Amino acid sequence: MDIWQAVLITVITAATPLLIAALGELVVERAGVLNLGIEGMMAVGAACGFAAATLSGSSALGVLAAIAAGVALSAVFALLTLGLATNQVATGLALTIVGLGLSGLIGAGFVGTSREAIPAIRIPGLTELPGVGRLLFGQDPFVYLSLALAIAVLWFLGRSRAGLTLRSIGENHTSAHWLGLPVMQVRLLAILFGGGCAGLAGAYLSLVYTPFWSPGMTAGRGWIALALVVFASWKPLRVLFGAYLFGGATVLQLHAQAASLGFPSQVMSAFPYVATIVALVIMSAGRRKAAAAPGSLGTSFVPDR
Amino acid sequence: MAGASGREDQRDGPPLVSLRGIVKRFGTLTANDHVDLDIRAGEIHALLGENGAGKSTLVKILFGLLQPNEGEIRWQGQPVTLANPEDAGRLGIGMVFQHFSLFDNLTVAENIAVALPKGEDMRSIAARIASVGERYGLALEPGRPVWTLSAGERQRIEIVRALLREPRLLILDEPTSVLTPQEADTLFVTLEKLAAGGCGLLYITHRLEEVKRLCSGATVMRAGKVVAACDPRQESVRRLASLMVGSEVMEVRAAAAHQLGPVRFELNKLSLAPDEIHGVALKGVDLAVRGGEIVGVAGVAGNGQAELFAAMSGESRAEKAGAVRIDGADAGRDDIDARRRRKAAFVPEERNGHAAAPRLTLSENVVLSRHATGGVARHGLVDASAAKAVAAEISRVFDVRKGRVDPPAGTLSGGNLQKFVVGREILREPGVLIVNQPTWGVDAGAAATIRQALIDLAARGAAVVVISQDLDEIFAIADRIAVIHDGHLSATYPAREIDREKIGLLMAGTAEERPHAA
Amino acid sequence: MRLELVPRGDVSPWARVLAPVAAVIAAVLIGGVVIAVMGRSPAAAFQVYFVDTLSESWGLQEMAVKATPLLIIAVGLSFCFRASLWNIGAEGQFIIGALVGSILPLYTAGSGAGFWVIPLALVMGALGGLAYAMIPALLRVTFGVSEILSSLMLVYVADLVLDYLVRGPWRDPKGFNFPQTVNFDATLPFLADGGRLHAGVLLGPVLVLVAWFVISRTLFGFGVRVAGEAPKAARFAGFDANRMVLAAFAISGAAAGLAGVLEVLGQIGQLKPGISSGYGFTAITVAFLGRLHPLGMVFGALVVALTVIGGESAQIALKLPLDLTRTFQGVLLMCVLAADALVSYRVRIVTMARA
Repeated sequence: MDIWQAVLITVITAATPLLIAALGELVVERAGVLNLGIEGMMAVGAACGFAAATLSGSSALGVLAAIAAGVALSAVFALLTLGLATNQVATGLALTIVGLGLSGLIGAGFVGTSREAIPAIRIPGLTELPGVGRLLFGQDPFVYLSLALAIAVLWFLGRSRAGLTLRSIGENHTSAHWLGLPVMQVRLLAILFGGGCAGLAGAYLSLVYTPFWSPGMTAGRGWIALALVVFASWKPLRVLFGAYLFGGATVLQLHAQAASLGFPSQVMSAFPYVATIVALVIMSAGRRKAAAAPGSLGTSFVPDR
Repeated sequence: MAGASGREDQRDGPPLVSLRGIVKRFGTLTANDHVDLDIRAGEIHALLGENGAGKSTLVKILFGLLQPNEGEIRWQGQPVTLANPEDAGRLGIGMVFQHFSLFDNLTVAENIAVALPKGEDMRSIAARIASVGERYGLALEPGRPVWTLSAGERQRIEIVRALLREPRLLILDEPTSVLTPQEADTLFVTLEKLAAGGCGLLYITHRLEEVKRLCSGATVMRAGKVVAACDPRQESVRRLASLMVGSEVMEVRAAAAHQLGPVRFELNKLSLAPDEIHGVALKGVDLAVRGGEIVGVAGVAGNGQAELFAAMSGESRAEKAGAVRIDGADAGRDDIDARRRRKAAFVPEERNGHAAAPRLTLSENVVLSRHATGGVARHGLVDASAAKAVAAEISRVFDVRKGRVDPPAGTLSGGNLQKFVVGREILREPGVLIVNQPTWGVDAGAAATIRQALIDLAARGAAVVVISQDLDEIFAIADRIAVIHDGHLSATYPAREIDREKIGLLMAGTAEERPHAA
Repeated sequence: MRLELVPRGDVSPWARVLAPVAAVIAAVLIGGVVIAVMGRSPAAAFQVYFVDTLSESWGLQEMAVKATPLLIIAVGLSFCFRASLWNIGAEGQFIIGALVGSILPLYTAGSGAGFWVIPLALVMGALGGLAYAMIPALLRVTFGVSEILSSLMLVYVADLVLDYLVRGPWRDPKGFNFPQTVNFDATLPFLADGGRLHAGVLLGPVLVLVAWFVISRTLFGFGVRVAGEAPKAARFAGFDANRMVLAAFAISGAAAGLAGVLEVLGQIGQLKPGISSGYGFTAITVAFLGRLHPLGMVFGALVVALTVIGGESAQIALKLPLDLTRTFQGVLLMCVLAADALVSYRVRIVTMARA
């Protein structure tokens, strides 16, 4: 296997959890809701996924448990922000704090255990193709799933009627309500979808990326996924592009660290966070204020009664 | 009229819709108090009333947006429950909102499609938009994003959207408030065609001339109750007005003849890029207002009024100091507080959230616009007791009614809060006063008080600019009139010499005059 | 089934005061359920978490010591939150404040330098936190970058800067390669012999009074309130939005930085990784628990400090993991937000039958 293929595969591996989580949050934000709790939901997803997979011996059950955990946490967020109209930023922060704590509680019994990573797909004949075989036909299932998810979200938002309804609600919830669109129901579904995606992204971390559980293993990826949505101007294909760009940068940094260019390792470790800030600056400076953001993003909706 | 005989035929049988004994309470306020209303197919029925009379609440109930506490809705004689707009839509009730229910960043076709039942593809929707547009003279480009459209075009989207659902009853809430007089004429033709086709129309307005011209039935509401049901064609405008207001209509007293002073407020080739994403740029605005006169700025909503106000107040600063002059001094680079120190004062359009912070008390809202000009703040400290005294003085002079001594501004009614924010500025005795929509959405009593105060202020020598969408208001108080269209301000015309038709053309941008050309 | 919210008209001030108390009770009940689910005795946990600490003078002193950084950070943050600015990077500003504040104590360690080091170090710490908070503030003002994400990202960066310094240039050469600096001489004096109550604890109440005065009496505080309440009204009042962003971030950054250096000079006596244990995030809970009111935040800081100490005791006595405390703090924040909503709105549960 040549070196480029190997590098590209690591790029994809680094990008996939970001992509999955960011696509989920993209849908949530296009519905007009800002859920800052991704980091927490991802952490719980990682812990639950690993715990369930280890206890049951089934990776598939692990993945399902992770998704369920993400959905459950996001349901709490929905209850507070939709049901009680609490501030979305503060509630999302609370969700992150709860999620990080809970992941520690759930994962406590599994620190130090490790298990086989979910294997990559093998298609006889194709995966062995020189040059591109492993890249195209030998990834783990999550990679294909994440790409399919990107296409599905793209189609859903751009082409489907339900997607149009969701965008309208995110754009202006008062108008949407006047037209009889089900603002609360659509937002609820979007939030649960985002939670499921965050849980799934967490499962990827603990079942594929580093097949063990360690506290704080999300390492800010949930926040980076949030930044990706802004960076992508709320467009699914740009999220895909951004996630891979970011994955590439992360891998580059790991290689630079390995090559020991004389920088302290902390400089390299800080790279993803600084890069995120720089990306946000470039995107924000390049466009008129919040032009691409959904009009009702982050604001509570309380209809007259 | 072609449809007249068809309309009369449908007088038999039960009405299309009838409301019986509708009661709607918000906390202690009873917005609708046992309201009855009948609308027949093919009828254009007027719902008349002042702001705050309960019209909007009633139509929201009829459209399923609000649930009544008591009473019954019958559709063709059958009792129905309208739990949400979907229910109303299924029966065939459509609505054209006063504050449009549109999505700025979506296209025209998307805006329409989102309100239609599922299952129709975009191509067929586009085709139907075109055919309805042709039939009723409502042309639209399906692919245009809404934010690029004028208010008139936006209203067309609302109407087409309602028509594509083939409504049996169409509710229109103050539809002409955003139109030029000529656009309003076109709308009336469309509405008459609809009625001739058997659709019932509920037409909500406070403009009585329109009612007399268009409607064959009218229900008049006052303070939440129905006070009269009549045939408006048989009534005089004056009688309709007194039914609405409940007493003889108050009119403002013209100021006694007084000398005009020197120019106190001046704009010179003021150009400004907009702050907001979809805002309007101001393009070379010229204006000179002398002490003692009121200049009215007419125009359809969304043509740069907000931007013009911000540029005059200093919320947006001009590039050149000379672009804005107050009492002869360059003020274009001054911020709003510096302009206030030059004895200018400002009242923005939005009461709650711009002119006043709704959750702060009245006295705190005094500090809001007065802290720079002394009396309520010193050395960076707020003088709460001085602010309370000023708030009490404003409330006394302008008859601001409130539940307790110093309540949060947001708990006041629209008219009382508007009197407060206008009074807050006028009691400072400003040399220049800029007001945007001074009586938008307030009751007739408050409107008369405010208009009188503006006239009296001008008579005491101040230069007053009133930006208003209400032509009646402009004709009632302005000495000279200018029209804003797409960020251009026309020349000013003496109010006695210009007629509505001419203003209408200027509002539509079709009779643009360039006094500086040549 | 769905929830309908009906705004309550005038809310009595008592309801607003009691809401956080109710939130604490609700969070304790939820915490008890979690502990029961873990197969432990909620009663024993309650005893260790709350009763033991409150019934001993040692516990009360410790509570004041832990509450101090939380209170100082929260008081600073309240300026941001009141102006609707989401500085969630106080943790980073705390760490940078601790670092910058440690420069003098580090280089004077062992030199016999006088007491003057301490006040200078405190000022430098506050300035360090302030400068670090200026990064997200300036990015927002000049480029329109959301302060939420930038301030949060900078927490990770600050952590790495600390890590680099204590493993690299600032490491104690005689420290057996442990990632830590030398012990500082310039530490805060203790208020009582044998206790842990250091002089920095006195700063908390002083700052609370100052903040209370600024928010309720000065034009600047008025501007902060209007900016959060109605941004257009703030502009109409002539308060420059950008200056407000910079000022609010400056205050909260300085407060977090001061808390950081106080923690190092009052409690730890040296720099090492993990000096914060999440104070910057926990203070967000404190701020909301105190309803952003300076006096309310004293209550908030004491309650949250109690859970921090209780968590440490429970870890030793009952082998309950520290993450339980963290979870509890998150749940507490959720309960506070919910309680606030219940004060502002009447909630009606509507069954599908009607819709």
